[in-house]
This record gives sequence, C-alpha cells and structure tokens, in this order.
Amino acid sequence: MSVELLNFIETVLNGLMSGVMYSLVALGFVLIFKASGVFNFAQGVFALFAALTLVGYQTGQVPFAHLINELFGTNYHNWYASMPNFLAILLTMVTMIALAWIIERLVLKHLVNQDPIILFMATIGLAFALEGVGDLMWGSDVKVLDVGIPSGGSIWLEEATIGLATEGSDYYGMYVDVLNIWATVIAVILVVSLALFSQYTKTGRALRAVADDHQAALSVGISLRSIWILVWAISGFIAMVAGIMWGTESGVQFSLSLIALKALPVLILGGFTSIPGAIIGGLLIGVGEKLAEIYIGGYFETGALENWFAYVMALVFLLFRPQGLFGDKIIERV
Amino acid sequence: MIYKETGQYKSSYKSDHAIFPLLQDKIAFITLMFIAFLIIPFVINSYWEKAILVPFLIFSLAAIGLNILTGYCGQVSLGTGGFMAVGAFSTYKIMTYFPDMNIMIIILISGLITAAVGIIFGLPSLRIKGFYLAVATLASQFFLVWLFNKVPWFYNYSDTGQITVSERTMFGIPVTGAEAPSYATYLFCLVLVVLLSFAAKNLIRSKMGRSWMAIRDMDIAAEIIGVPPLKTKLSAFAISSFYIGVAGALYFAVFLGAIEVTESFDIMTISFPVLFMIIIGGLGSMLGSFLGAAFVVTLPIGLKFLMVDMVGLSAVTAKHFEITIWGLLMIVFLIVEPHGLARLWSIAKEKLRRWPFPY
Repeated sequence: MSVELLNFIETVLNGLMSGVMYSLVALGFVLIFKASGVFNFAQGVFALFAALTLVGYQTGQVPFAHLINELFGTNYHNWYASMPNFLAILLTMVTMIALAWIIERLVLKHLVNQDPIILFMATIGLAFALEGVGDLMWGSDVKVLDVGIPSGGSIWLEEATIGLATEGSDYYGMYVDVLNIWATVIAVILVVSLALFSQYTKTGRALRAVADDHQAALSVGISLRSIWILVWAISGFIAMVAGIMWGTESGVQFSLSLIALKALPVLILGGFTSIPGAIIGGLLIGVGEKLAEIYIGGYFETGALENWFAYVMALVFLLFRPQGLFGDKIIERV
Repeated sequence: MIYKETGQYKSSYKSDHAIFPLLQDKIAFITLMFIAFLIIPFVINSYWEKAILVPFLIFSLAAIGLNILTGYCGQVSLGTGGFMAVGAFSTYKIMTYFPDMNIMIIILISGLITAAVGIIFGLPSLRIKGFYLAVATLASQFFLVWLFNKVPWFYNYSDTGQITVSERTMFGIPVTGAEAPSYATYLFCLVLVVLLSFAAKNLIRSKMGRSWMAIRDMDIAAEIIGVPPLKTKLSAFAISSFYIGVAGALYFAVFLGAIEVTESFDIMTISFPVLFMIIIGGLGSMLGSFLGAAFVVTLPIGLKFLMVDMVGLSAVTAKHFEITIWGLLMIVFLIVEPHGLARLWSIAKEKLRRWPFPY
C-alpha cells in the first residue's frame, strides 16, 4: 500500500475514535431530550463536574476547602492520601445520581409545561451554577486524572503497520492513541448495555414509553418523576464516562465543559431524538473534522478549522434533511 | 390611584396610536430623559461610566436587537457574540481606511455591514426551526470569531491580534480613545440608544413588526394569510443584526477601546448573557430589553461588592460564588417569573391603578 493510502486510513481511524468521544457526549443530550424534552446544555458541565468529583475523591480533597479556609482561617486540605479507583468511581456515580435527584426536585419539577426555550435557558443556568459549585468544592486548578487507563501511542499498531507500506518508503507506522481505543471499547459496551437495558427491562420499557408520549405514559401508571430522575442519572453516568476519557486526555479543567459545544453539531447531524443518530453523527463529524484538517486545512494558512468545521458540515447537511439523519420526521399540523 | 386611566380620552387616531398613550407614562418618560440628558452628564464619573452606564446602554441595544429576532420573530439565536464582533471589526476597518469619516456614520455603516452578514446567516432559518436553528446560529458564532481571529487582514496584521481604537471626535470632543471624557462617551451612546430604540419601537408597531409576530405565533398560518416567510424572517435577521452590530461597534470603539476577539466576543461573555437579558427582561418587550440589560450589568457588581468587600472572600472564590449565584438566579427567575421583569412591571402597574383601594 502506498504511504498516502496508509495516511488516509490512519486519519480516518483517528477520526472515528475522536468521533466516539463526541458520541459519548451527544448520547447524554439525546437521552434527556427524548425523555423530558429538555435540551440539556449542562451536559458538558456534567462531565466536568463528574471528573472534578472523581479527582476530588481520589485524592481525598476536603470539599469547599478554599471557602472554609478563607472564612474561618483554618487550613484544611486533604482527608486522606488516596482512594482506590473503583471506590472513587462508585462514589462519583452516587454523587451524579444525587445530583439528578436534586435537579429534578429543585428545577425540573417547577418548570413542567414551560416553553422549550425557557427549559433550555434553565439548563444554561444549571451549567453556570454547577460550574461554580464544582470550582468552589474542588478548586479551579488544572488537575491530573488517572484511573489506570493507559494512554500514548500504540506501539503494537505502529509496528504492525510498518510492514504494510511499499518497500523502501519512509513510513513509521500508524499512530493511534491507546486511550482512544479504550474509549471506543468502553463506549461500545455502554451503548450495547443501554440498548439492552431499554429493550429488555421493565424500567427500560417505561423509559421508552415516556420518550414516546408523556401523557400516555402517565395514564398507564408510569411515574414521570422517577423516570426523569433515572434519565438524568444515566446522563450523569454517561457524562462521568465522557469526563474520565476527556479528563485523562487533557487534564480536568474548565475547558472540559466546552465539549458540550462539540457535541451540538453531532446532535443536529444525527437528530435530537435518535440514539443511533448520535453515534453515527459523532463518527461522521469526527472523521470529517480530521479529514478537513489535513486535506482542506492546508489551503488556509491559518488552520484550526476544528472550531467551526463541524458546525458548517452539520449546517449544510441540515439544508437537505432538516430533522437530521435519524430524527423524527417533522410533521406540521395547523 | 397613581396609574389612573380614567378621564384620559382619545379623540383622534393619532393620539390613539401614540407611543405613550397614558399621561403617566409620558411624564415618567420625559422625567427619565431629563435626568439622562441633563443631570447625569454633569455628575457622571469614570467609575459610573465604565462600570455601569455605558455597558448598560450598549447591552440594551444588543438586547433590543436580539429581542427583535427572538422575542418578536421567534427565531432563537445564539450567535450574538459573532454579530457584535462583525460590528466591531467593520468599525475598525472603516476607521483605518477612512480616517476622516465621522464616527457616528462609521458606526451606522458597521451596523449595515452586520445586517448583511445577518441575512447570510439567517438563510438557514427558512429551512430549519427551533433548536436546530439555535445550534445553526452557533455556527455563525464560531465561524465569525474564528475568521476575525485567524485572518490577519481583519486586525491589520498586528502582532497581538488585538484591535485598538484611535481617537475620533464629535463636535470637537473626543468620544473614542483613552482621552474621551466620561460625559462624552455616555452621551454618545445615549443618543444612539434613544434614537434606535424609538426606531425599533415604531418598527414593531408597523406592518413589518406585525408580520414578525405573525411568523412567531404560527408560521404556517402566517404564510397562509399572506405574510411572506422569506422576506419577514430575513428582515428580522437583518434589523436584529443591525442593532447588534451597532452595539458591537460601540462596545469596541467607545467602551473597551482595545479588544481581542476570542475573549471579548466569546459565547459565554456575550451570547448567553444577552439571551439571558431578554429572557429575564421579557421576550417581546422593549422595556424588558432595558430592564434585563440593567439587571445583568449591575448584578455582578453588586455581588462582588457583597462578597469581596463585605464578607472578605478572595477574588477567585468570589468569582466562583458569582458564577454559582448567577446560575441559580437564572433558574429561580425562570421558575418564578418566566415572562420576565416586564411582566412584573405590568403586574405592578395593575396594582398601582387601584392602590390604595382594594377594589
């Protein structure tokens, strides 16, 4: 195989894997949107908050340490030196579930039947509040997150692919981050278990019923509130997984919450209401972005197309299919 | 008793169509204008100018712009920051190419350029609606900011990527640049804001405004009764962008003086706060745009005063607290009064009409 072809395959491969990361975030959006009609802008901050909490538990930080120290002149920092990863992840999950409960109790319950735009603004408020609370609790410095997922280039793949190039060419093998491979595996497990859960359990069926029709679901005795808590908790869990992946890659810091903005084009490409749409949309955007960066980016001396390319790609797509790839067909009745 | 309408008869169509049909409103407005034009300029100091009054005026203008699009025409936009950046950068470019042009004209031309850009980015609205459109407008935000950040022509190839305003005068008094006195920048913004808000108010009462509202309330029905969706939506995008562009031009030329596009026109610093202004103020209400802008501009100052000066927290912790309270307030506001401050005001008016009698 020629070097160009191998480079192309490498780019597509890397694009697919970064697409998986986008899909992970988009998945959280879709779940909430389907079940409660809320466009949850706070999904990115969820990921940040989960990652912050995880690091906090791991290193035994005292929550609100800065605040307490400043108010009372004390000097608390850590409770204990470290905590096993497994336990920390479990505790973070519990925290995310508690968060879902609090959100349902304090926010959603009071906003039932409001305009979608109002709910959307409320989630922007939620994003701000959660970001502030996260910073207050755990401090705003950049943290290193390590839960034992290996990262760095895959040597095995590099060596395996050197042989594929034509004889005598200067080819060093493909570079694929092991972390991304792990992320892909975990995402696949997550999606499959979600699909199984919603297909074969009673709660899962209730979940799908609510997504189809709130009122019909209510009338057959499904508790809307518990389903909402469940859905927000699942999204919190997905956000945690996304937070771990992105946090391991680039440290836990504020910019982590901006992955929500990365997931939005994925959503409009795939459709707000479709789980397969979120996954395929994410993969398409991931590949499209990487290819654009390499094959079109060269024409702009400035580079950094990544910020907007996905949006334009989604926009062009929308002109032909206004409801996204797999979204529900928009039927307008007068 | 304070807000009594009885006895105020209208005997002509002209008086029936007045902007302030009630005597009380007229008196209140004239008093307000009197204070704004004849008292504040003499007592204003640099702190009030930089921290409260000028940002309030500029953000009111941006809020009116967004309110035209979102509140009156029903098209949600998250691209306000990008359009303000267009206004700012066109002002900068015109300033460098035409050094002798009057600053007022420069700013209005920047508004027109932004309107043209707004029409281009408004095109998808013909095809997509709701949240899909909101996300699509985010594309304009990212694309425009990227453009101004990465194409050196826009910032005249300066090393830092910053653009800096040079001094321009109105009637011999500098209104832009570091030397501009507080009263001059304030009055300059005030005049523009008053003129443009009158224009907006009248536009909304005109045929165009009514067709916007028809599209907002139900676009299919509007189309059937003969409101052209293409023209209506694009005109809303154009006029809204004009206002936002003028606000952006003022934000750069009069308020900040020097800006760096990724920081000054970020989605978190402009687009969301302006959207919040119109929601907290009241969607589809002129008064609401002003109330919302006042609220959003003064709240951080009040919070900072409370926490840093009174309680004695460090600036970083106070900042985190501010973000938290900010978010919580947004939620509380949406729960308690989703129709905004303008609704509260109309409830208060209703109460004042009978006060102090119970019935």
